[in-house]
Amino acid sequence: MLETIVFSLLNGLLYGMLLFMLSSGLTLIFGMMGVLNFAHASFYMLGAYFAYTMGLYTGFWVALFLAPILVGALGALVERWGLRHVHQHGHVPELLFTFGLAYVIEELVRLFYGTIPMDYRMPDSLNFPLFSLFGTNYPAFRVFVLVIAVLMFIGLFILLKKTRAGLIIQGSLSRPDMVSALGHNVPQVFMWVFAFGTALAALGGVVGGIHFVTEPGMAFMMGPIVFVVVVLGGLGSIPGALIASMIIGILQTFVLSVDFSIAHIGLWFGYAVPPDHFFATLFYLDSTRIAPVLPFLILVLTLIFRPRGIMGKREA
Amino acid sequence: MSTVQEERLAAQAGGGAQIWVRQLWPWVVAAILAILAPTVFSSGHDIHMLSSMGIMVVFALSYNMLLGNTGLLSFGHAVYFGLGAYIAMHALRYTNDAVLDGTGYGIPIELIPLIGGIAGLGFGIIFGAVSTRRAGVVFAMISLGIVGLVEASSLAFTGFFGGEAGLFGDREDVNSLFGIEYSRSISVYYLVVAWAFIAAVAMFVLRKTPLGWMANAVRDNPERAQFVGYNTQMVRFLQFCLSAFFAGIAGGLFVLVEEIVTDEAVGFLLSGEVLLAAYIGGIGFFLGPVIGAILVVYLESNLSAISDAWLLYFGVLFIGVVMFAPMGLVGIAFQQWMNFRSGGWRGTLLARGYCTAAALVALLGFICIVEMSYHYLRSWNPSQPMTLFITDVNVTTATPWLISIAIFAAGLGALLFHAKPMLRRAADTAGGQQ
Repeated sequence: MLETIVFSLLNGLLYGMLLFMLSSGLTLIFGMMGVLNFAHASFYMLGAYFAYTMGLYTGFWVALFLAPILVGALGALVERWGLRHVHQHGHVPELLFTFGLAYVIEELVRLFYGTIPMDYRMPDSLNFPLFSLFGTNYPAFRVFVLVIAVLMFIGLFILLKKTRAGLIIQGSLSRPDMVSALGHNVPQVFMWVFAFGTALAALGGVVGGIHFVTEPGMAFMMGPIVFVVVVLGGLGSIPGALIASMIIGILQTFVLSVDFSIAHIGLWFGYAVPPDHFFATLFYLDSTRIAPVLPFLILVLTLIFRPRGIMGKREA
Repeated sequence: MSTVQEERLAAQAGGGAQIWVRQLWPWVVAAILAILAPTVFSSGHDIHMLSSMGIMVVFALSYNMLLGNTGLLSFGHAVYFGLGAYIAMHALRYTNDAVLDGTGYGIPIELIPLIGGIAGLGFGIIFGAVSTRRAGVVFAMISLGIVGLVEASSLAFTGFFGGEAGLFGDREDVNSLFGIEYSRSISVYYLVVAWAFIAAVAMFVLRKTPLGWMANAVRDNPERAQFVGYNTQMVRFLQFCLSAFFAGIAGGLFVLVEEIVTDEAVGFLLSGEVLLAAYIGGIGFFLGPVIGAILVVYLESNLSAISDAWLLYFGVLFIGVVMFAPMGLVGIAFQQWMNFRSGGWRGTLLARGYCTAAALVALLGFICIVEMSYHYLRSWNPSQPMTLFITDVNVTTATPWLISIAIFAAGLGALLFHAKPMLRRAADTAGGQQ
């Protein structure tokens, strides 16, 4: 039992950290522009594919830095020549633009790499067990992912709270007109934030592509979950995104690793739900099958009961 | 707005009868086209495509009741389509059993779409009550959550949804109100047409009711609508429920045409597709989603056979519409028509033709590049010659690439740096002369 809990916690922490890498950029973009960037997970995917391709020539460590920069540059181009252009038509076209972009990016990835998963592996220098718990080895790569995510959180926190650039970004988040009146080029700030956010997502992709699978469906897999994290955490809040990622990550991992159904609650009180009960399927529903439902349930409940999320300052 | 002005103009010009003619002729034309379509598109594949078009038209129109009329952007409209389809499928299966056992009459096949509609309405009431309290991004996010919720649970509750295999029924062991056999796909097509017309007319009339006008008011200026004394939340809720009802009807028709329903019917992809269809057509016009739906289904069923890259074209078309023509294809056509009627084309005809030609040349180059890329990157043997429009080319040599890129660059360059300035100058001169 303890073994299951410890490992679920570790894996949940890892999954949560990967979610945080994706959602930290999105929460900044979402909070600043009010745009749900549907293509955000696509940039995560591009990060994985770019890192894979570069890794073939330069090795993993160079790709770890270069791929996010390249994707960030791409993000800047998208903001400058795409989003800014549709911005004048209002929020809905902006949203639809990113929606279409997600389609096109996925299709381009299919074009260049095909539909089969890539053979994208961790570097040999990280391919060893770091420590063992209960007789099971824990791979060093997972700890490496955790370290990167924590470094990213600290870096982001310092950038936003302690530097002048962070001050301007925060100002643009809440009062773009005022920041503009003070002589800052707000559209350019938007572009930089968008580029930065997509680069963070790509960094998540570089390690996430190894941890999960690098295939064209990976953006679609992560996309909706990342929205859940951003809404639950609160728009524009980095600590909120961290907490929400942890909650979702650990919750999903736990639900998958325990065998539980609502009927178990009845059993604790000595009541067995009859199998021919009208809601028997609901009561006997396995927790592993509930797992994919949970994030969306959380999303809907959050939006209904607490639209500003855990740490958000204003409503979605 | 334009229809209102036209109505007024017509009323001034002469009497009520003329208004009816003005209002009715598009419907009559559409009816004739729909009835005659199977004589032109007569193969089995084509008739199935026509039926799918009818379904998609109803679905896209119901979607536009939200997006176009009420300003509610939904990413989960397939939920009401799909749940309506599932309930209709259960009704169909119940009828199949009753007829095969000889124990009962079941539900007449013509009324099964109505069952789907009522189911859609029911789920619309449930989900609408929680999601229409707010508009804007919150509504969009809740709709996204609901579609995720329903799609994920469709695989969990196998009893109702039939798991990954989905549910089957058939349209042969049923009773008909009019004694018609629906085993042939052509008869189902006419059933779809009949229902599509009923639904389309109902949705058109709903736009003209006080509720329809209030929905526009709530879309454009919710605060003012509130000051006038309307409950904006209630208006959104009612529009949402009605829209879910018509989506359910489309779902019921889907069951009759396909005779199978799987979890795809409630999912993200279909929700995205109806959004694409409505937006590409133009959400500001009643006709927009109709044209969009027909185009999307046509591209899906024919372009996918011609080109591997059809999804890419689809995405590029959508982005193009969002970026350069937010009014949609019908919007562009309408704008050009108004421009033409007011004499805006005078003196610019040559420049306009030049612009169109340049754009088409650029498009040709783009298609060549995309097709050759697909062949080069995806084919087992890229050096095998591929047929590109009229010529066979070998994509491993440089010549076809250079020619394609040259065509694309020439078209785009001519459009941006020569044709567009020319059109602007021509328009200025023509405007100056007036």
